[in-house]
Amino acid sequence: MSADVDLDHVTIRFGDFTAVQDAHLGIKGGEFFSFLGPSGCGKTTILRAVSGFLEPTEGDVRIGGQSMRGIGPNKRPTALIFQNLALFPLMSVADNIAFGLEVRGVGKAERRKRADELLDLIALQGQGDKKVSELSGGQKQRVAIARALAVEPEVLLLDEPLSALDLKLRQHMRTELRAIQQRVGITFIYITHDQGEALTMSDRIAVMSQGVIQQVGTGADVYENSQTSFVASFVGENNPFVGRITAVDSNYAVVESTFGPLRGRNLSGLRTGDQAMLFVRPESLSYLNGGTVPENTIQSTVVNSEFEGSFFSVFLQGEGSKSIVMSMTNSGDLPAFEQGAAATVGFQADRAVVLPVGEVADE
Amino acid sequence: MTGFFRRNGIVISTYLLLAVFVWVAIMIVLPQAYMLDFSFRFNLPPGKIGGPEDVYTLKNYRYLLFGRPGDEAMFNVLHLTVFLRTIIASIFVTLINFAICYPIAYYIAQVAKGGQARALILILILPFWVNEILRAFAFRILFGTSGVINAFLQTFGIIDQPIDFIRADIALYAGLSYAYILLMVFPLYNAIESLDHNQVEAARDLGSPWWRIHWRVVMPHAKPGIASGCTLVFMLTAGALAAPQILGGPSSFWFTQIIYRWFNTGGNWPQGAAYAIVLLLACLIFVLTVMRLFKVSLGEIAK
Ligand SMILES: Nc1ncnc2c1ncn2[C@@H]1O[C@H](COP(=O)(O)OP(=O)(O)OP(=O)(O)O)[C@@H](O)[C@H]1O
Ligand SMILES: [Mg+2]
Repeated sequence: MSADVDLDHVTIRFGDFTAVQDAHLGIKGGEFFSFLGPSGCGKTTILRAVSGFLEPTEGDVRIGGQSMRGIGPNKRPTALIFQNLALFPLMSVADNIAFGLEVRGVGKAERRKRADELLDLIALQGQGDKKVSELSGGQKQRVAIARALAVEPEVLLLDEPLSALDLKLRQHMRTELRAIQQRVGITFIYITHDQGEALTMSDRIAVMSQGVIQQVGTGADVYENSQTSFVASFVGENNPFVGRITAVDSNYAVVESTFGPLRGRNLSGLRTGDQAMLFVRPESLSYLNGGTVPENTIQSTVVNSEFEGSFFSVFLQGEGSKSIVMSMTNSGDLPAFEQGAAATVGFQADRAVVLPVGEVADE
Repeated sequence: MTGFFRRNGIVISTYLLLAVFVWVAIMIVLPQAYMLDFSFRFNLPPGKIGGPEDVYTLKNYRYLLFGRPGDEAMFNVLHLTVFLRTIIASIFVTLINFAICYPIAYYIAQVAKGGQARALILILILPFWVNEILRAFAFRILFGTSGVINAFLQTFGIIDQPIDFIRADIALYAGLSYAYILLMVFPLYNAIESLDHNQVEAARDLGSPWWRIHWRVVMPHAKPGIASGCTLVFMLTAGALAAPQILGGPSSFWFTQIIYRWFNTGGNWPQGAAYAIVLLLACLIFVLTVMRLFKVSLGEIAK
């Protein structure tokens, strides 16, 4: 069984400090939903409000349409996986997994049977009698998931569960988590500051900054149609150009930047005279020396270039020492980017977005 | 050994070894060995010590069990009762102590915020700046027939006649429970403090009621602390003298009081030594039983 989770204008304050500001969104049953944001933006706080460890100062959390106000974490149909896993070190692996069942008064034999089934699910057959300390990082991870799944929650909450693992294992666990979610079919609410994790696993993502939910959408949506300067700069790499809008036509706007007029999609209805930021992604830039000239061109010099295997990153410097990143797929016939050489680059207007001036995430 | 000398230098090494030796030998082993030796000897006048009559005997131990030869009772009922009562009452006091201290220690270690925790610890420590005897007399004032508690109960009409808490030994048990409370709180606090609070939350999140969280997560983690606190409190309670002397009712004898009398007014050191050794053995058995029960080693207790 999976349940919808609704945040209904949730605001959470600690004294004078507002950790979450008017979060309002609906998560559908069976969805893999991620909260993505930098450290300290309020992700854990939201998760604790859903799991019941704290009550929203204002607004309401609803699970399966039911208000959760006044309902403690031990009474909610949620299970939480902690950032440090919080396995019980003095219990065996099987006892850890079956703890939720023990609490519910399930008999010993039945508990063991369920634990063994779950050990199968996480590919740790026959390891139920081990101590937790005898497991590897990735195995502990999976035991934590099994322990949470054992109580058959309608919603599984995961607080940066992969952050303690090394890169290889992290990537492996991404696939595994996604597979487990599809097998059990319950709602997953996943918290991370790693955009790669959020983009690869989630059905939808909420991007947060300083307690405010900036945008909710699919990975592609958040990436392609960023609605705020924070989202545009935090999710993936982006090149911002600041300037005043000089012209607006149907869905496009022209920003008068230090490189001259640049045209991009006007997603938030900005008007002539507004200060704005135009964002263009490194892979949307193309190298124009000698080729066709698109509507937006930028004159720059090459600072250096990095070979990354499947693609090339070229660091350019333009007017006013502004740095620009361009990435090109490694097609085999790339020009040599000599340091100090002049480079003309350009982009299609529909590959750029024009947004109101706002917070820019620093990498 | 040579490594030890090389690391610390000859002077410091010699000092350390000597200090440890002096501590162990002179403060612990020697006096106890003397006591043990005493307990197997006759109580002779100084002139006869070392003489032909100065031989080993089990008489002092026999006396605790059977009394004087020729007494009509089979056993030394009076002293054996006091001994058993002391042991049982000490176990009881230890349990009360644990019941009082565990919630306090848990609260300070896991619930209270920084400043609040420090304030609570201070409140616990401060009364112990007053010495033991004064504290015991304060309890007398509290529990006396015309004491604070009786006065309070009478003014509010809860009782008509004052209750004799001293005769009922309530004052004694309260005083003993309070006397060593710190020795229970701190080992418990230390042990509980090292528990990752996420484990408590994880248990709660998995649906556990509060008592099961304590039974399955907190107490197993705090086991060494519990064992350490319980053994300390038990031994000190069983060996307490001031509190029973001051707060005990006329009927109640604490075993230490009997030992004290043998040494002091009785002038029979060998007899006192035998009684003291028996108490020591009882304490050791208690400690070993608790360690077996809790499956902890001496090293863990000392943590
Ligand atoms: N109990 C609390 N009392 C006071 N402030 C708190 C409390 N819990 C969190 N905060 C503050 O709320 C803000 C958000 O915290 P939160 O733990 O939700 O961040 P996060 O997004 O999970 O960060 P991270 O990625 O580092 O875990 C932080 O500034 C934090 O200091
Ligand atoms: Mg967090």
